[in-house]
Amino acid sequence: MLCLLRLLRSLAVAMVLFAPPALAQSAEEAFTRLNADSFSDTARAVDILIATAHPQAAPIIEALAESRLLAGGGAVVVRTREGGFIDARTGQTLPAQPAGLSPVRLNNNLRRVVQAALGGLGLLNPDASKRTLAAEAVFKSRDVSLLPVLEAAIGKETDAKARAALRQAQAAILIAKTDAPPFDRIAAIDVLRERGDQDALATLRSLPGDASQALKEAQTRAITEIEGRLAVWRAAQNLWYGLSLGSVLLLAAIGLAITFGVMGVINMAHGEMVMLGAYTTFIVQEIIRTSFPGLFPYSLAIALPLAFLVAGLVGIAIERGVIRFLYGRPLETLLATWGISLILQQAVRTAFGPTNREVGAPAFMSGAFELGGLAITWNRLWIIVFAMLVFASLLAILRLTPIGLQMRAVTQNRRMASAMGIRTGRVDALTFGLGSGVAGLAGVALSQIDNVSPNLGQSYIIDSFMVVVFGGVGNLWGTLVGAMTLGVANKLLEPYAGAVLAKIALLVLIILFIQKRPRGLFALKGRAVEA
Amino acid sequence: MITRFLLQNMDRRGYVFLGLIAALAVLMPLSNLLLPVGSAFHVPTSTMSLWGKYLCYALLAISLDLVWGYCGILSLGHGAFFALGGYAMGMYLMRQIGSRGVYGNPVLPDFMVFLNWQELPWYWYGFSSFPFAMLMVLAVPGLLAFVFGWFAFRSRVTGVYLSIITQALTYALLLAFFRNDMGFGGNNGLTDFKDIVGFNVQAQTTRAALFAMTCVMLIAGFLIARGIVVSKLGKVVIAIRDAESRTRFLGYRVDRFKLFVFTVSACMAGVAGALYVPQVGIINPSEFNPANSIETVIWVAIGGRGTLVGAALGAVVVNWAKTVFTSGFMAPYWLFALGGLFVFVTLFMPKGILGTAQEWWGKRRKPTPTAAPAPAPAE
Repeated sequence: MLCLLRLLRSLAVAMVLFAPPALAQSAEEAFTRLNADSFSDTARAVDILIATAHPQAAPIIEALAESRLLAGGGAVVVRTREGGFIDARTGQTLPAQPAGLSPVRLNNNLRRVVQAALGGLGLLNPDASKRTLAAEAVFKSRDVSLLPVLEAAIGKETDAKARAALRQAQAAILIAKTDAPPFDRIAAIDVLRERGDQDALATLRSLPGDASQALKEAQTRAITEIEGRLAVWRAAQNLWYGLSLGSVLLLAAIGLAITFGVMGVINMAHGEMVMLGAYTTFIVQEIIRTSFPGLFPYSLAIALPLAFLVAGLVGIAIERGVIRFLYGRPLETLLATWGISLILQQAVRTAFGPTNREVGAPAFMSGAFELGGLAITWNRLWIIVFAMLVFASLLAILRLTPIGLQMRAVTQNRRMASAMGIRTGRVDALTFGLGSGVAGLAGVALSQIDNVSPNLGQSYIIDSFMVVVFGGVGNLWGTLVGAMTLGVANKLLEPYAGAVLAKIALLVLIILFIQKRPRGLFALKGRAVEA
Repeated sequence: MITRFLLQNMDRRGYVFLGLIAALAVLMPLSNLLLPVGSAFHVPTSTMSLWGKYLCYALLAISLDLVWGYCGILSLGHGAFFALGGYAMGMYLMRQIGSRGVYGNPVLPDFMVFLNWQELPWYWYGFSSFPFAMLMVLAVPGLLAFVFGWFAFRSRVTGVYLSIITQALTYALLLAFFRNDMGFGGNNGLTDFKDIVGFNVQAQTTRAALFAMTCVMLIAGFLIARGIVVSKLGKVVIAIRDAESRTRFLGYRVDRFKLFVFTVSACMAGVAGALYVPQVGIINPSEFNPANSIETVIWVAIGGRGTLVGAALGAVVVNWAKTVFTSGFMAPYWLFALGGLFVFVTLFMPKGILGTAQEWWGKRRKPTPTAAPAPAPAE
């Protein structure tokens, strides 16, 4: 029944489209039919309005969809959303509601017609981006009845993007349209092949079984090509996810690598420094929300130095208060810092509750964009950029500043550095502060993509260890390579093995790797028998 | 001769420990079974099970002390061996349920029926036999420790690196056992046990027997560990702890000594896990949590590293405190206390309760292998 209606309607549209002289008269016919109070007449009227591209077609059909179209006694009136009245024929505002009008009624069939008509109307919208959207909608609905409108729209289209979208919509319809000329359908397959995404693939697969040999061959070729292209994009997308994960790991691990490199101790409370950074962000945002709402876009910029300070100071306090008494006993340090991590976790749990706290994202961090076949979210992109910035500044600090020089000296040979007059105790405290501060920065970044809860640090600590032991502690490049390798390897394995197995495989690989290079990828070269 | 091996050089501390555990093994079940419920000396079954749990932990702590206190290998993954032993026992207990499960399947455990598994996976074969299961309790942790240690010690992974990869090991196992596809009950683990060698697990007598068995195994574990550390082999092991390179230069195959001690210790941890499961009634992947393994280290540190008796003492004391703390209004502060203990013990009591007390009394007949703080690594 519906198909029949559509067929009729498309025939009517086609007739109207190819009969320009009849236009003015037909538009008048539409208003007559709207007055007839019959569903089929109303449907016909909608078609006529679209086909004749009546200047008032859009407001009339929208009003019809929302039951705001009134008709009676030959007059057709649109009641605006604000409650005013407009003459549907001319678009002129009426002073008061004319008497004797009743709303034009709708049934389900008619609603479908109206929705399709609104889609068709979009194709003729003066705004090019709206036309593109409408074309996308048609591409998905593959509504044959809109083909004539589409063709008319393509003929008039000047915007390249909208034109491409319209042509793709037309192609999607032609593929399934068995009575279309074979040449056109092969051309349509070509258009879809160029589009080359998942939707194009689905559309191509919908080619009816009775298609000719040539058509089927073209379809197979196109599908193979698209699948190949999609596979490449998928790999690229996984690579992107891997880089994103890698930069998160880099942020979480780089502070650990510095302290481990300089002091030879593993700070089990490092994850809690990350957590402190995240909670600092939360507090900053809370204060901004209650007192300075206008500053919200800058909340992260404000939180960054504060997080660095908070985590850095806590780090220095830990170093001065506990770790310096445990020199030469790295395993005891590990236990003591684990104790500190328990205390910090419980302290945060007591102060902020065990549940996740909400940290908002400023406008520039939210949303996503598409780059070819890649979906890229802004927050991930910014975190990669941020990780690189942190990495570069740490590199600069180690290379160019006096304290960096001292840190490197202590890393290479503590006793010799001490003999040369470097106050190793001070270097240790500053290193620990720096490493912890960087962890605080990582916390600000992670608050954007992860849950801010007392367990935040725990979920990263083991991965951070893996990065450090894999990359080695000789220099920061080891950490970079380690983090990126682990991130990318994890995400490339995931599609084949699943998230958990990928992680297990990676852990096992690292355990095996450590056998081969017990000091990591970038080990410090030295003559020490044991370290 | 074996007796001499086990009891040679036994100091007073050792005798006190053995006597205490032996007395517990006899008195607690007797008081539970024979004395009337109203009696002042009656021990409720729940208390007995609780102490059974503590003593399992004590055995785990002794096994860790053997590698950490005497060989300098800080394993942050000993919980993995404990849990593997527990799973081996759990699999035996699951198979004993037979058709009494919720789904009444005579072969498949409930969770497999629930997951639509059609047949028993190959690695479950044989677990209906008690001797086989007990063999696995020793063999699975032992084999894992052997393979892992063989790789790690041969390539001279030491110190913090070794600690971290042992942690990675238990973390990887945690993730693996959480998976339903592994066939170990996933998240829920193995539970709802019915029988052990024909006796009802829930019955009071079975529980008393399990408790006594735990004491026996604790004594056996202690004697074996002691036998190792006072033997000539033990002297080399201690030398490795204090100066690994020097020992290597003297011509000892350091990796083999370490591997031996590590494997024995893993087997011991497996036994502890196997005794733990029937008394607690469940085994699930959270036992693999790296945090548990680190907690085990603190028991040893608190009791006194490198004393064996101290490790057992630390396990009991900390767990008893945990029970007391977490059951009252103090519950939110337990983690503060535990964290504080970590810091306090490492800073102020490097020799643990036992070592400190010993120093305090200041009179010992012989310098037995006590907790010397790990010397600065020779460079």
